[in-house]
Amino acid sequence: MSELTLERGLAAFRAEIDAPTAAFFSSCVHCGICAQSCPFYLETGDPKYTPILKLEPLRLVWENEFTLWGKLKGLFGLQQKVTDEMLAEWEELLYDSCSMCGRCSLVCPVGNDLAYMIRKSREGMVQSGHAPEGLIAASVRAIQTGSPMGLQWKTLAVQIKHVEDSTGMEVPVDKAGVDYLVLLSSMEIINFPEYLEAIAKIFDHAGVTWTLSTQCFEATNAGIQIGNKDIAAQLVERVVAAAEKLKVANVISPECGHAYTAIRWEGPNLIGRPYPFRVFHIIEVLDELRAAGRIQTEGMESDRLSMHDPCNLARKSGVIQQQRNLMNLVADNFVELKEHGKFQWCCGAGGGVSSNERAEPLKLAAFKRKKAQIEEVAPERMVTMCATCRTQLEEGLEEFNMEIPVVGLTEMIADHLVEKEAREHE
Amino acid sequence: MSGSMEFLLWTKGPMFDIALAIFAIGLFARLAEIFLLGRKPNYAEPRAGEWLPGLRTVFTRTIADPGTFQRASFNVVVGWVWHIGFLIALLLFVPHAELIKGLFGIAWPALPNPVVDLVTAITLIALVATLVHRLTHPVKQRISTIEDYLVWTVVFLVVLTGYLAYHRLVNPYPVALGMHILMAEILLIILPFTKLTHIFTTFIARWYNGAAFGRKGVQS
Amino acid sequence: MPVRKTPDKTLGESLRDHGLSRRGFLKFCAATASMMALPPSMVPVIAAALDAARRPSVIWLSFQECTGCTESLTRSHAPTLEDLILNIISLDYHHTLQAAAGEAAEEARLQAMEDNKGEYLVIVDGSIPGPDSNPGFSTVAGQSNYDILMETVEHAAAVIAVGTCAAFGGLPQANPNPTGARSVMDLVKDKPVINVSGCPPIPMVITGVLTHYLTFGRLPELDAYHRPLAFFGQSIHDRCYRRPFYDRGLFAESFDDEGAKLGWCLYRLGCKGPSTYNACATMKWNDGTSWPIESGHPCLGCSEPSFWDAGGFYEPLSVPITATSGAILAAGALGAVVGGAATVLAKKETKTIVAHRQPVTVEELEDKL
Repeated sequence: MSELTLERGLAAFRAEIDAPTAAFFSSCVHCGICAQSCPFYLETGDPKYTPILKLEPLRLVWENEFTLWGKLKGLFGLQQKVTDEMLAEWEELLYDSCSMCGRCSLVCPVGNDLAYMIRKSREGMVQSGHAPEGLIAASVRAIQTGSPMGLQWKTLAVQIKHVEDSTGMEVPVDKAGVDYLVLLSSMEIINFPEYLEAIAKIFDHAGVTWTLSTQCFEATNAGIQIGNKDIAAQLVERVVAAAEKLKVANVISPECGHAYTAIRWEGPNLIGRPYPFRVFHIIEVLDELRAAGRIQTEGMESDRLSMHDPCNLARKSGVIQQQRNLMNLVADNFVELKEHGKFQWCCGAGGGVSSNERAEPLKLAAFKRKKAQIEEVAPERMVTMCATCRTQLEEGLEEFNMEIPVVGLTEMIADHLVEKEAREHE
Repeated sequence: MSGSMEFLLWTKGPMFDIALAIFAIGLFARLAEIFLLGRKPNYAEPRAGEWLPGLRTVFTRTIADPGTFQRASFNVVVGWVWHIGFLIALLLFVPHAELIKGLFGIAWPALPNPVVDLVTAITLIALVATLVHRLTHPVKQRISTIEDYLVWTVVFLVVLTGYLAYHRLVNPYPVALGMHILMAEILLIILPFTKLTHIFTTFIARWYNGAAFGRKGVQS
Repeated sequence: MPVRKTPDKTLGESLRDHGLSRRGFLKFCAATASMMALPPSMVPVIAAALDAARRPSVIWLSFQECTGCTESLTRSHAPTLEDLILNIISLDYHHTLQAAAGEAAEEARLQAMEDNKGEYLVIVDGSIPGPDSNPGFSTVAGQSNYDILMETVEHAAAVIAVGTCAAFGGLPQANPNPTGARSVMDLVKDKPVINVSGCPPIPMVITGVLTHYLTFGRLPELDAYHRPLAFFGQSIHDRCYRRPFYDRGLFAESFDDEGAKLGWCLYRLGCKGPSTYNACATMKWNDGTSWPIESGHPCLGCSEPSFWDAGGFYEPLSVPITATSGAILAAGALGAVVGGAATVLAKKETKTIVAHRQPVTVEELEDKL
């Protein structure tokens, strides 16, 4: 049987090098400012976590094989080669200490999109057999069971039943021709079952037709996190197949950051064709409904609320204003974290860090940046819209004995919906 | 016979031609290397075009965001000072403006010599500061390579020899001027093969960055 | 045959014969001392030395030259130190000035050489077609310049190369140097050679050098180009009266603009003053009347080697000599082709790599667990 080798890894690195990558590496002046944007460096103080350094394997392949100078060096045997040992050393740098939050990409003075190249580097890491166990296991489970956490439809079915019982509404399953196909994330199903109930309520309230699909309910994409196109493409194809089968015009990605970027931005390129449907994050859909006047709310949250922008949603997908519009709909006392929106700080768990048990201490270290931000404005509760961020915030705040509950924005909106009967009376 | 004037004329003549040829060949080779790699087609539905956000980032990235400015103020300020100083000395010193006019026929107003002199002195101090920072900051220590120090040395010597020549601190003057021209030529020669390429590729990199983010609805 | 012999009179006697008063003589000595940057205490020394000195025999050889150097010496205005100096030396041979012609003239040269073996001075103006050139390029009495030079300097005390042609090759040596012109310094290796460059050189510099030689019995201190430091130690730029304008950044940009009228710095009009070492700025020309920069023209750098090939006279010093924007474009185009070819090759390679890129399978991943 074939196996993952250095040669395959190098081939994968080569295949990833494109004009932007070459422009980026040509431009780096080693100013080190990227480190000042990286929570993993800032909170550990270890210079090996400098973002640009994490890209050294990819850079070496570029220099050695894609530049005249590198080839000349090769003629004199002066090239530094990428070795298995090097990649083994870099595994920690490319996975454990990078949440692909993309903050460095926004800060680099010469304009290097470092997160873009981290994503590319991971392709080579997987092919050379240097991906972390936790992510490999998640990818295997995702392919084999349909969920990175090994969650089955029957678990979801129980939850659907529970929602239907508590709300008296029907949760539509495998309904063809509806407005929206709703995807979920396993983490949500396990940790935050209130999400499903919330969208059931909101869509009922707004008169939106939607459905879940038994064929594919999972939005997350372990292939994107580990950094392998083949796995990622298979997972995207499942979503596309489900959406095409049910002939929906829109697919909704849940409160999960990477699921959204995976299906919204990478998906069509993974399968090599545009989708026959559009993709939205649930927050985008809710804000559109709000703008169209289809969401009527009552009452306001009066405690001091602040909000964490998920990197994948805000910085990496441009969903920034929407969540603020929705907050203002239901919160009286909303205070922004100092650096927010596209310049927000990562919670520390993204980019596969949370699926990589080994990275636990680093994940917690990186969280300290977020913690400091939260302490600065001292909110009574935090609001966010990504299950991974939410879990990380909850665990992190607990670790530091901070009594700040974290809530999902969708649920909070659902809590303030005007009751159907009350509306009908007006 | 090889004296100071012959040296000066060599730097102004054959050596300049060689340096410029290597620079032009190297730079265009580098640019071709970059652009011909191309990008894969992007099938994801864009939120916005690429050109405008890309162009905007080309300019906006010159200024650090407030948070970064706060966290790395020394790095940012010193970097700014010496880059601007270098550009002023390069483009607005009368002899340099004349050189560009002589070569390309493009002319612009220059600054009075004492102003350029002051700017050059500040640039030299800022360059020394960048070196100290590179030698002492843990991140810079870790990521710096021989190339970084080589490039620093060449850039510093270009400015320093220029300063010495202007003040006629080296005798005879043709040696001073020749050294300055020679250092500038060395800079031109190594430019396409070192990080100095960023002088040109930064704008390409920024454009790609701005385009990628802009496409997704974020002004980077 | 009117063969001139070195007179037995001392220089002092000779000058007095010419009606020069003691006062005038001392004045000349003082001027010479100050010109050569010697302290005033040296004036009596100079006076005493000159008074007692024998007039040296001088043989003046003219090769590939324009006679400008001689013109410069002889056409200077009265009262001329140059006149005096021509009287204090015994000029035994000079094409332009000597009365004799033909064989008589050549005889005079040989006689002077014979009579003053080892003591005579040779002054050369003009460059010399080198030993490898066609000897017919320049001859005197059927003898090549090179042969005359070598023959004449053989027993000379020293050689003074007057003018840039003799000192550095000058115009005849300018690209493409059709006659293979060489400077005196290039050819005479075993005698002291002193260069008094300039096109033409300042006449007083020639007299200064001769005075120095007569006073101290040796040649003055020289710079790296064998030029007397007393006159060539400072650049035109350093002593230029327009220098304050340079320092303040005030430049004339054309010959008739406001800056030119106000007498601003001529750098942008091509002045080579910064890299030219000569005494024009202090000694001026035509008896101290003016000098090129004072009359509104940039310095051409005529006292420097290769000044004809050092870029356009009206191109600023900073402009490269040969490079053109067309050449840069051509080099750029070549670079694009080279880089392009390299990339196309690399890309082809990559394409096959991508085509052969092995997809990762879940089994392969499982293997890693």
